[in-house]
Amino acid sequence: MVKKKAKAKKVVAKKAVKKTTKKTTKKVAAKKVVAKKATKKVAKKVAKKVAKKVAKKVAKKAAPKKAPAKKIAVKKTLAKKGGDQLFDSLLELIRKTSAEIPGDIQKVILEALHREEKNTTAEYAMNIIKANIELAKKKSQPLCQDTGTILFYVSHPVGFNQTEFTKTVHKAVRKATEVGFLRQNSVDSLTGKNDSMNVGPGHPDIHFHEHKKNSVEIKLMLKGGGCENVGAQYSLPNQALGAGRDLDGVRKAILDCIVKAQGKGCGPGVLGVCIGGDRGAGYVQSKEQLLRKLDDENSVADLKKLEKDIVETANKLGIGPMGFGGKTTLLGCKIGTLNRLPASFFVSVSYMCWAYRRQGVSLKGDNSIAKWLY
Amino acid sequence: MKKLDYPFKKEDILDLRVGDMVLITGKLFTGRDAVHKRLHDGVKSPVDLQNQIIYHCGPVVIGDKKKGFEVKAAGPTTSIREEPYQWEVMRDYGIVGVIGKGGMGPKTLKGCSDYGCVYMHAIGGAAQVLAEKIKSVDNVYWEDLGSPEAIWELTVEEFPVVITMDAHGGSLHEKVQASSEEELKKYL
Repeated sequence: MVKKKAKAKKVVAKKAVKKTTKKTTKKVAAKKVVAKKATKKVAKKVAKKVAKKVAKKVAKKAAPKKAPAKKIAVKKTLAKKGGDQLFDSLLELIRKTSAEIPGDIQKVILEALHREEKNTTAEYAMNIIKANIELAKKKSQPLCQDTGTILFYVSHPVGFNQTEFTKTVHKAVRKATEVGFLRQNSVDSLTGKNDSMNVGPGHPDIHFHEHKKNSVEIKLMLKGGGCENVGAQYSLPNQALGAGRDLDGVRKAILDCIVKAQGKGCGPGVLGVCIGGDRGAGYVQSKEQLLRKLDDENSVADLKKLEKDIVETANKLGIGPMGFGGKTTLLGCKIGTLNRLPASFFVSVSYMCWAYRRQGVSLKGDNSIAKWLY
Repeated sequence: MKKLDYPFKKEDILDLRVGDMVLITGKLFTGRDAVHKRLHDGVKSPVDLQNQIIYHCGPVVIGDKKKGFEVKAAGPTTSIREEPYQWEVMRDYGIVGVIGKGGMGPKTLKGCSDYGCVYMHAIGGAAQVLAEKIKSVDNVYWEDLGSPEAIWELTVEEFPVVITMDAHGGSLHEKVQASSEEELKKYL
């Protein structure tokens, strides 16, 4: 059996070699003929398939030469339609992310409003925040003028074309900027020029992740600069804070970050924290923690306890909405871990403002939106 | 609730105190990072800022000079980045108010006392509520800085702010910073 197979392979190989030599010896004109034949072959196949599914009658009536051309045209439009559909879905994802706050966040904001004492600047701030959420949704316009760093998190099946997807993302981002769902927010760091319609080195920031499911899931976070600026990374031990390499040290680092941030990150906010990793991975993971729903409980008991403790302690500090003083400083805290080197112990903290713009969709086979993830 | 109407007067500014909730009606000029740096570098302001208010804001604006502009979103940006420059603008241009978010530091606070100015805190992130208060876009200067960084001349009506730094040395930010640091010690 093995020998036979080997023989068969040799024969095939020989034929292939013959074919190639023939092809290479022929002139350009001959190549064109081959190309034409190939097109005809493909066209015939396409014709058969499409004929079955789409246009039985047309295929039967049409002359064999004309039929393939027509079928290709049909397929092309279908392909184009698929691309447009992805563009439409992405544009809608950007619009909704920019204009509408997710339900889990809105719930805690309303709770925070009711906690504040009447006729204080804190209550005043929370009331304006509430009105803003309603107005942005109604007008379908950005919750906050700083539409932030555009962070896409894409989970896709094996074989997904990231290059084509990225092209369509860029197209959708440009369009979203043109119509005002996004601000022109991408500045050349050397020249100071801001003319890239949010597409340039590092912008938008797309994170691809392969998963076992057949569907494509796209999460989007728009993270403003004010809250990004108050994020911090600590290397433990930290003598000034008396923070060692343990959970108590982590706690001290996070609380220090909250007090340093005061109202500058548009509080009340939410913290995403990563314990461990290198400096880069730590910050990336701290942002990915912000993709968790606010009512999502940490599966690690120690972290669940720490998350709760951080929120409770932060809300005793009296920093309050916008740093005006008040009862709600923090709406949530989400902590994850990455392994670290024996030599390193980083605590990376990302602060997300109350205008928590994060949404997600899973797509159908035709790239239309199957469902919203938040 | 207090009111502050255009043209703004020094005596009205001196009346304001930390904690006052104020509705502003009149003109605002946006100016943020690039504008402050350019002024600091010695380039003269293209508009007379005497008795005017500067708004730390990079709005989402669509349209152009021919068709007219439309402000889609216009909340405050973080002010602390202008801390090195703000007092100079108070001294050199005679502004009477700065609107922003997050508060500013000791240089600005001293500037407020020395030159009769207040820091007004708008609600960060409330870009739609605040954009609704903008009644017209009257002009734009230094567009070469890019739309968010340009100077936009806006007319607003009942624009809501809270005074967090006044012309008498009062700063809510200093107070909350100190008290929250003190409070934290209890829980460490």
